Amino acid sequence: MLSPVLCSDLAALEPEYTEADVISTVEFNQTGEFLATGDKGGRVVIFQREPQGEYNVYSTFQSHEPEFDYLKSFEIEEKINKIRWLPPHNPAHFLLSTNDKTVKLWKVSEKDKRAEGYNLRDEEGRLKDLSTITTLQVPVLRPMDLLVEASPRRVFANAHAYHINSISVNSDCETYLSADDLRINLWHLNITDRSFNIVDLKPENMEDLSEVITVAEFHPHHCHLLAFSSSTGTTRLCDMRARALCDQHAKLFEEAVDPSRQSFFSEIVSSVSDVKFSHSGRYLLTRDYLTVKVWDLNMENKPMETYQVHDYLRTKLCSLYESDCIFDKFECAWNGTDSVIMTGAYNNYFRMFDRASLRDVTLEASREVCKRRAVLQPRRVCVGKKRKETDVSVDSLDFRKKILHTAWHPKENIIAIAASNNLYIFQDRLTPNGHHNTPEIQSAM
Amino acid sequence: MAGAEGDDSLYPIAVLIDELRNEDVQLRLNSIKKLSTIALALEVERTRTELLPFLTDTIYDEDEVLLALAEQLGSFTVLVGGPEFVHCLLPPLESLATVEETVVRDKAVESLRKISQEHSPVDLEVHFVPLVKRLASGDWFTSRTSACGLFSVCYPHVSSTVKAEIRQHFRTLCSDDTPMVRRAASSKLGEFAKVLELDYVKSDIIPLFTALASDEQDSVRLLAVESGVSIATLLPQEDLEDLVMPTLRQAAEDKSWRVRYMVADKFSELQKAVGPEITKNDLVPAFQNLLKDCEAEVRTAAANKVKVFCESLPEDSRETIIMTHILPCVKELVSDTNQHVKSALASVIMGLSTILGKDNTVEHLLPLFLVQLKDEYPEVRLNIISNLDCVNEVIGIRQLSQSLLPAIVELAEDAKWRVRLAIIEYMPLLAGQLGVEFFDEKLNSLCMAWLIDHVYAIREAATCNLMKLVEKFGAEWAQNTIVPKVLGMANDSNYLHRMTTLFCINALSEVCGQEITTKHMLPVVLKMSTDQVANVRFNVARCLQKIGPVLDSSALQAEVKPVLEKLATDQDMDVKYFALDAISGMYPFISLTFQHISSQKHFHSPLYYPLQFFFFNKSAKMSTILCFSVNMGSNGCNITKSEKLKGV
Repeated sequence: MLSPVLCSDLAALEPEYTEADVISTVEFNQTGEFLATGDKGGRVVIFQREPQGEYNVYSTFQSHEPEFDYLKSFEIEEKINKIRWLPPHNPAHFLLSTNDKTVKLWKVSEKDKRAEGYNLRDEEGRLKDLSTITTLQVPVLRPMDLLVEASPRRVFANAHAYHINSISVNSDCETYLSADDLRINLWHLNITDRSFNIVDLKPENMEDLSEVITVAEFHPHHCHLLAFSSSTGTTRLCDMRARALCDQHAKLFEEAVDPSRQSFFSEIVSSVSDVKFSHSGRYLLTRDYLTVKVWDLNMENKPMETYQVHDYLRTKLCSLYESDCIFDKFECAWNGTDSVIMTGAYNNYFRMFDRASLRDVTLEASREVCKRRAVLQPRRVCVGKKRKETDVSVDSLDFRKKILHTAWHPKENIIAIAASNNLYIFQDRLTPNGHHNTPEIQSAM
Repeated sequence: MAGAEGDDSLYPIAVLIDELRNEDVQLRLNSIKKLSTIALALEVERTRTELLPFLTDTIYDEDEVLLALAEQLGSFTVLVGGPEFVHCLLPPLESLATVEETVVRDKAVESLRKISQEHSPVDLEVHFVPLVKRLASGDWFTSRTSACGLFSVCYPHVSSTVKAEIRQHFRTLCSDDTPMVRRAASSKLGEFAKVLELDYVKSDIIPLFTALASDEQDSVRLLAVESGVSIATLLPQEDLEDLVMPTLRQAAEDKSWRVRYMVADKFSELQKAVGPEITKNDLVPAFQNLLKDCEAEVRTAAANKVKVFCESLPEDSRETIIMTHILPCVKELVSDTNQHVKSALASVIMGLSTILGKDNTVEHLLPLFLVQLKDEYPEVRLNIISNLDCVNEVIGIRQLSQSLLPAIVELAEDAKWRVRLAIIEYMPLLAGQLGVEFFDEKLNSLCMAWLIDHVYAIREAATCNLMKLVEKFGAEWAQNTIVPKVLGMANDSNYLHRMTTLFCINALSEVCGQEITTKHMLPVVLKMSTDQVANVRFNVARCLQKIGPVLDSSALQAEVKPVLEKLATDQDMDVKYFALDAISGMYPFISLTFQHISSQKHFHSPLYYPLQFFFFNKSAKMSTILCFSVNMGSNGCNITKSEKLKGV
């Protein structure tokens, strides 16, 4: 199990923050060298890992602006719902970012040369005396300070009537999907003026609407497979080879509900808030309100593993419903070797489950406890009486502090945790022989 | 301006060079497009040593600038000193061939292919081939995809050791890690095979083709299909069965509908490449399967090929194959659930009648035509009607006319104006095939009804249709059947209908000839010059200008001229404008009493320029109300001919 050490807490410089600063998505690129975050203010911040291992800001740009749809008379928020990196093309980096309606492809590139030598002006831009110009001068490129620029390459707009909840790049590297509440569209990365609708759940009559799409993701290796989950707690696997329209699924992952535990909230808490394929492509990780589940693609009727994230909330669903917290969409993540899974919870806690040893841990990401180079201490939430000094009672959990967005470095044990406006990056502290298990505290502060 | 000592002639070039790095993309683009001018001024030496190195490093620019640059460099050989120095162009093109934007890369590759022809064999080996190798082993997939398109141009001109290296590089790219490179290799495989010696095609290309055609990525496999077709054309007949057919058969039954679609789409090329024997044994069953495919996209692609496939079947067994194998599938497709499949079939099915002859057509195809003529989707019916001529040649259209008529009437009254428009366009063709009596009896009233359609595009097409009908049936027919009805509309209470009379006259005057125009049409036009709606009046002026050439000069002098002169003093400025325009337009026909006025240019009112005017010049003073509808769905687009509403 990971014993994380804080290596960077990047956005956490200001204690005071506005709604626009709240981080809405976190995503590592394929190599893990870069990490991108999007926030409710439409900004994307990219961090680069320094040789020493720390992540520092590499580029910041405004990806989306608030808009107003005059035809339908509603506001389109600038909030970044998802970011997905494209596989590396060339020295520049490409990522897709989306708000509720529009997906954009951004290029982030470095520039370290600039042209010098004008014919008609000097370097300050003043016009030269034309009589001095006797020969033509061709500009030459000279080195300059490194400049990182982000430029929008494509805008994929006007294809979604509902709010986009996911984007996912296909393993063929030429297409990607975007999913809203009722439809999934397939795009070619080079073509912005058309997309193909591959899944459409919209009923003839909107009154018959029984479910919405919550997440959609492509398989990491098989270009024809995609998974999407719905608010009813099911996850469907579609094979794009079979037909052009994927309304009919190839597989349906659903667990039979235990009638004894059925209640008014059953359907709400079973809504899948995140789906992630394992790196191997064999498993699916799904998160619902109370649990995180691992499914084998070859077994549809029940999950292989079910982990309780915060089962103690089962008795509090009523008040969570009243405060709308029950609709929070927690994300989940695999580690690089698919052996550990991670997901967020309330009170700035996040949970990790080791699949082999079945050990689990609750950790807290907050400014008070996260000191540089200090190993995080496990937390425990208790339902009844406190057994230890450090235990926290369920009633004292702060439901406004929630960790919805998490990401795991694709290869190493580095995790990124977004808690409101703060981004925490924890790194497993390595012992000299490379083993991952040293609980001692190191403080470099 | 340049001083006395400075060289004036340098100034424009200096500006061009400076603008190569202007902030404004448009200026940079302009400058790049005049790159040859810059190079000419710098002369070959400095172009090679200064300009090209600068261009090599400017790959940070906007795509459109890079695209223009890649294109320019393809025809730069003379400017760097001729074929001897053509290799100087390689570095900038090499860097352009690695950018991430596909269009730029493709253009750079195109230019590289072009200049490869200007290399001597030695230069190819010394400069060009190393570049191809560098690209082929580049770190980024962008350069490796570009390399795929360059092997075939240098291969034929190099020594056998280099040839072996090139083949090796191509092999490596075919099993590249990234699907992008494998796609590029897959799509260039056929082209590369064409320049290879036959032995190497068999020993090298076939295994690569087999591997790519069973790639895990659908997008790679589907590109291999097309290459497979090219490879099949290169191989002798006896090798096809062993080397290519197993893979192609597998592609036709691929799990992915996209691959099967590709096979269906390339079916006629494939048929040509493999020859009659394999067609009979293999392609016929494959084609049947594609016609019955579970995916509608595949059936559509296959349905489109039905006619071409049947036509190219070997003559001795053509009829049997069609009757026993193809026709049963076609019969099923006629009642397919997907409208695109049916409509694709409807656009080619009539072509089968010429292949099958009269008896078979009557017995087997005619029932299918009749079913399609009653199809619920207008597009299917339209496609049948638009291809009637094929059937007409074989069995005569009479066989169909009983079913044809209800189909036409229904389309003519369809709620969608685009459907109505489409059927109008087939009217002259139908009229020609059905004959004048049938037409008068059944279709004439439809043609007249379209003239008062509420969509302008339909009214316009209807007037054009009348003209074509008159061309077919003659002026006498026109005088008896349509002219009275057209002229009757001149007294309609709706000004749009009155204008339609004028538009019809515009279209009909020439085909009807001088007599009918002068005797029947002209009086009506002249009478309308006092219409209370300005739009009608200025259309009278335009109409008079249009029919002027048909009239004799006495009518022009005695009747047309006074009316135009009166209109030229109209209180409405637009009526005035068109009247004057008409008068000046009739220069050869009317003596110019208004010369002094017509030469005044400020009469050129902007209002009646074509429509883009409204969009591009928003500042125009528009004192009148413009009435147009942009609802493309139900009312059509009246925008193209804005109808000015005034005084109504």
